[in-house]
Amino acid sequence: MCGIVGLFLKDRALEPDLGALLSQMLQMMTDRGPDSAGFAVYGEAQAGRLKLTVRGQDLDSVAAPLGAALGRPVAAKVRDTHLVLSVPEPQAAAARQWLAEARPDLSLIGAGRRIELYKEVGLPAEVSERFGLAEMTGTHAVGHTRMATESAVTTDGAHPFSTGLDQCLVHNGSLSNHRSVRRQLEREGVDFATNNDSEVAAGYLSWRLRQGASLEDALKASLDDLDGFFTFVVGAETGFAVLRDPIACKPAVMAETDRYVAFGSEYRALTPLPGIETARIFEPEPAHVYAWERA
Amino acid sequence: MPVVDLKQVGRRALNGQLHALGSDTNQTLWRIENPEGQHALACGLNTPITVEIAGHVGYYCAGMNQQAVVVVEGNAGVGVAENMMSGKVHVKGDASQAAGATAHGGLLVIDGDASARCGISMKGVSIVVKGSIGPMSAFMAQSGALVVLGDAGEALGDSIYEARLYVRGQVRSLGSDCVEKELQDDQKRELRALLDAAGVDQAVQVEEFRVYGSGRKLYHFNVDNAADY
Repeated sequence: MCGIVGLFLKDRALEPDLGALLSQMLQMMTDRGPDSAGFAVYGEAQAGRLKLTVRGQDLDSVAAPLGAALGRPVAAKVRDTHLVLSVPEPQAAAARQWLAEARPDLSLIGAGRRIELYKEVGLPAEVSERFGLAEMTGTHAVGHTRMATESAVTTDGAHPFSTGLDQCLVHNGSLSNHRSVRRQLEREGVDFATNNDSEVAAGYLSWRLRQGASLEDALKASLDDLDGFFTFVVGAETGFAVLRDPIACKPAVMAETDRYVAFGSEYRALTPLPGIETARIFEPEPAHVYAWERA
Repeated sequence: MPVVDLKQVGRRALNGQLHALGSDTNQTLWRIENPEGQHALACGLNTPITVEIAGHVGYYCAGMNQQAVVVVEGNAGVGVAENMMSGKVHVKGDASQAAGATAHGGLLVIDGDASARCGISMKGVSIVVKGSIGPMSAFMAQSGALVVLGDAGEALGDSIYEARLYVRGQVRSLGSDCVEKELQDDQKRELRALLDAAGVDQAVQVEEFRVYGSGRKLYHFNVDNAADY
């Protein structure tokens, strides 16, 4: 199973409500994924700075020594088991290195100018509450509720997966050739943090993007290279994209109004949205890439 | 007329109330408010009543229906009227995948579009879609009639046993062993009756439709094809 949701705002007046809306959408998908939940929120970018989302314990003692090591102040915000560090962009590589060496106990799960990423084991309502999702703001967000099939119920196995700057992927389905694709990607220098099949899909798209493909072309290529059942929602800095496998094995429904574009595994997930009664509701066609971007 | 607010009364309680009705009930018209995409609404009915649902419904709405008329005033999720035996299901919006799957009888009318696998393994149901249908519709259809006023997606009628597929618009592609046939007089009568039953405008002429059915080449194993399996 698994439930996935996505919300892309066209109307800036809705931006303060992004987190509250996504939280409600996630909770509607509890039946489809009670094991764990996660979400990526694309908020405000700060000029010249990069956000690193880190997961672990003892998070209050990270920013000061990291700032000292970099010789620059590091802004930090702790939310339960996650910490978002804001570091100067030129020092991002040094910050990653410091984290790996000084705090090997922490996992770096996302990085980008705007992305913040949170995931934990537990019911979607609990996970949303722990991280204060309802208070988060931004332009777009994707979320996932997980019913595990291919790997264990752990925070590592929860979605979204981020394998490139401001990129993330949530997946409903299961891939059958993920081991062989992983081996190919590892030879190409793509690192994986987990044994999860969905992380392979995220890594595959990041690899294609790194080679210069557009998000749309990367997704089209995945139709040839990834075998299995999937509905993907992919987040990027300026928007999101949706792709279903060629036989549309997994459900998907979308809603569009003047104010937003929304994705849900089921219509129920869309019911918390304003004006949903009169929205244009449609099902994305199989093997067709849908993408929305904000200029 | 009983009016049930699903926000107040849960789905199980609603279905329980509907199942408890005797065939001689005087409560023949029910109205369900605030469905909000919930699954399995008005499933397993076996009483000649009418149930109007004011909004979008989730999966398997009116599944296994017998005798009842179920009207969805919105979109329906996966598997609407799945395995219907008799009665009528009318979706005023669009239907998701596998509408009317495996249904043996009755009439399913969809005013909008139906997505993939509409009428998959249909076994005698009549389905009228006023919009278009998605890919892989009528896959392994066994009997019944599927009428589409718009277009059909890829692989229509793949591996069809028998069933009449009437399409007024374009067919993107036919599935394995599904072939176009000549529209017969008895089929014109069947088509007219189905269009009328679905409330389609009289201006729509049966001659505008093409009929597709089984090429009957897959009925028996053909050793020459062994390498294809």
